[in-house]
Amino acid sequence: MKNMIKHGLAVVDSPYDESGKKRTVVQKLLLGLSPSQYLLQAFRNPFNWILAAIFAIGIPILLGRFVFGLAWATSGSNDYPWGLFLGFGLFAMVPLSSSGFQLGTACEIFGRHDLEPIERLALLNGLLGYFFAVVYLLADLGQPWRLPYPMVVSFGPAAVLFLVAWHVATYLSVQVAEVSTAFFEWIGFPAGKRGVRRITLGLTVSGIILSTLHQGALGALFTYAPGKVHPLWYSSSFQWLHFFVSSLPGGLCMVITVSTIAYKFMGWRTDRRFKEALDRCTVTLAKGACMGIATYITIKLIGIAHDNKWSYLDSGWGQWFMLEIIVGFMLPLVLMTYGVHTRKMGVIRLGAFATVFGVVLNRVNTAIITFNWKLPEREIPPWREVVISLTIFAIYIVVYRFILYRLPILYKWRQQEEEVTVTEAVTAPAAGHREASPVAVASYSKMTKLD
Amino acid sequence: MKRRNFLKACLIGGTTIAMGKTNKGWASGSFEGYPESMGVLVDTTRCIGCRSCEAACNKEQKLPEPDTSFDDKSVFEEPRRPTAKAYTVVNQYEKEKPGGPVYRKVQCNHCNEPACLTSCFVNAYTKTKEGAVIYNSKVCVGCRNCMIACPFNVPGYDYESVTNPVIKKCILCYDTRLKVGKPPACVDICPQEALTFGHRADLIKIAHERIRSNPDRYLDHVYGEKEVGGTSWLYLSGTEFDKIGFDPSLSNDPIISNVKDFLGMVPMVLSIWPALFSGIHLLSKHESGGEGHDTESKEEEP
Repeated sequence: MKNMIKHGLAVVDSPYDESGKKRTVVQKLLLGLSPSQYLLQAFRNPFNWILAAIFAIGIPILLGRFVFGLAWATSGSNDYPWGLFLGFGLFAMVPLSSSGFQLGTACEIFGRHDLEPIERLALLNGLLGYFFAVVYLLADLGQPWRLPYPMVVSFGPAAVLFLVAWHVATYLSVQVAEVSTAFFEWIGFPAGKRGVRRITLGLTVSGIILSTLHQGALGALFTYAPGKVHPLWYSSSFQWLHFFVSSLPGGLCMVITVSTIAYKFMGWRTDRRFKEALDRCTVTLAKGACMGIATYITIKLIGIAHDNKWSYLDSGWGQWFMLEIIVGFMLPLVLMTYGVHTRKMGVIRLGAFATVFGVVLNRVNTAIITFNWKLPEREIPPWREVVISLTIFAIYIVVYRFILYRLPILYKWRQQEEEVTVTEAVTAPAAGHREASPVAVASYSKMTKLD
Repeated sequence: MKRRNFLKACLIGGTTIAMGKTNKGWASGSFEGYPESMGVLVDTTRCIGCRSCEAACNKEQKLPEPDTSFDDKSVFEEPRRPTAKAYTVVNQYEKEKPGGPVYRKVQCNHCNEPACLTSCFVNAYTKTKEGAVIYNSKVCVGCRNCMIACPFNVPGYDYESVTNPVIKKCILCYDTRLKVGKPPACVDICPQEALTFGHRADLIKIAHERIRSNPDRYLDHVYGEKEVGGTSWLYLSGTEFDKIGFDPSLSNDPIISNVKDFLGMVPMVLSIWPALFSGIHLLSKHESGGEGHDTESKEEEP
């Protein structure tokens, strides 16, 4: 894409092409390229070759799981009923997707409109993370076609999982609505966008409720297994709080991570507004993440003190626990604090990567590695389980990229909103004031070297 | 007077709803098990590891042929657990001890407040008045949360099945025997009378009576009387319970009591959050009222 833009390709960021004609959906889907050009740029991207290799091996095995059953694809162990699909795919993807409700809250509830350049990315990150957590779940369930049962056939309302199921389902719908504004802009359906904007406050508040409860509920699921989850990862009273609080920095740092990747590898798709705001937004997110991490480390210590589990720290599991806390939470806290104070973006981003790693490690530890710690043998997932987990993650990346390339997530859709505004004397827009320009004729060829 | 009546009705209705769920003045009640619940007392000092209970269970529940015959003693080399193909297994412990080995039968313990039941989001499990914990495989989604929750690691899952994998476990022969008052197949066949079938309340008395009359033979503990809120299967032993595969760390509270903290918080969040965050939104709006979406904030980030 970079080369094509260098050669004068106009990026699709408005309903009209350079000659002022309205673009068709197909043109928008092809990013304003001809089909042959599109294929050419797809083939030229080395990352696509890696993905192709993963899919060539992974897709048949993923399909095989549904043809030959769970025993063929996973360890199928009675002692470790939840393997990589849930331990990694569901329990780790969901906390990394808490970004949607946090940025929604900051922008819509607290009126922090300065974070808007990154709000849509956070919302999309939330939506896709949840959606693919459900995909992992469908791969793991014995009878995925019965997934709607807790909603329509048979209710077990006393179970935490019942709450998780309902909340993930409703929250997915909420997030679809939240992200749909970008889709409506892109497709050219302003009425739909206005409709969603009207209920944004309600959507955002329900997002907070649903997120609070089911991020916590994922932790509460493990309170059914006292004695199986290692005491250092288990707390009857605080488990839900541990999971909820650690999901907050997890989500924020995931947005920092994704925005960094997008900035590095998708520079052509970001607009000036995003580029200029990115560092400022990153600092703000990092500040929030630091608060979250500090709180999390504190309540982890309270959890250990509350049940007097200090002696466990002096064991192999204890060292593993301390590694998770130090590398996954304390180190990023130091890095991001230092980075925020010195405005060193690289350090902040390194801290954010480490936080993502720490949250994922915490979930995998709770669900798989330290689970059933009293049993003599540990469970190593078989290769097919690993391949399927990787494949689903690769699909997640492809879908993520597909949407970022097209919908106005990292850039602003430039068109005149059909709104009745009070006519004013036209003045030159103030610096930093984003005014929609009438028709896109800009070519990105004279942009900065970041393209 | 219409309005007054309306308010009165609201008040009465609200109070009824608020009071409706509480059965005790202080907290949600604990369930001690049905009064007529049946159970089985296992005397591990009598068990000789003949595995005839395994064979009887296999026949009664129409389970698949085992890999080796039920006379094969080599299975004792490794401790086993119940699976989708075997609802009960006998394990051998304390092999080198004088007076050993000790055998112990493992199967679903049919808790009074089963963790599997409380963790199941489609309510597939039922605790019957006879004390059996049965399940409806027609609604099982296959999430395997009950296997996570079970403190005894009992439920098995038939991972091999492609079209209908479901949870499989001992149901105390509910369909074929317990319903009509007969003891489960394993109890019927036991040649050593190591298994005693009866009302749970009576079995507890019998167990304590055996301990009292034979203090050298038994430890003074009936496993399952109080563990995780009580179970329908009760165990007597002459060896430390943790030496014969029991988890000594289980609390006397049912598993669900660990989860109640969270479950109690849920309605609070549901009802408080909307007002709290809408209120914050109202408070954070600028006086000018002109701070709409898609307009640049005029304040610089400090």
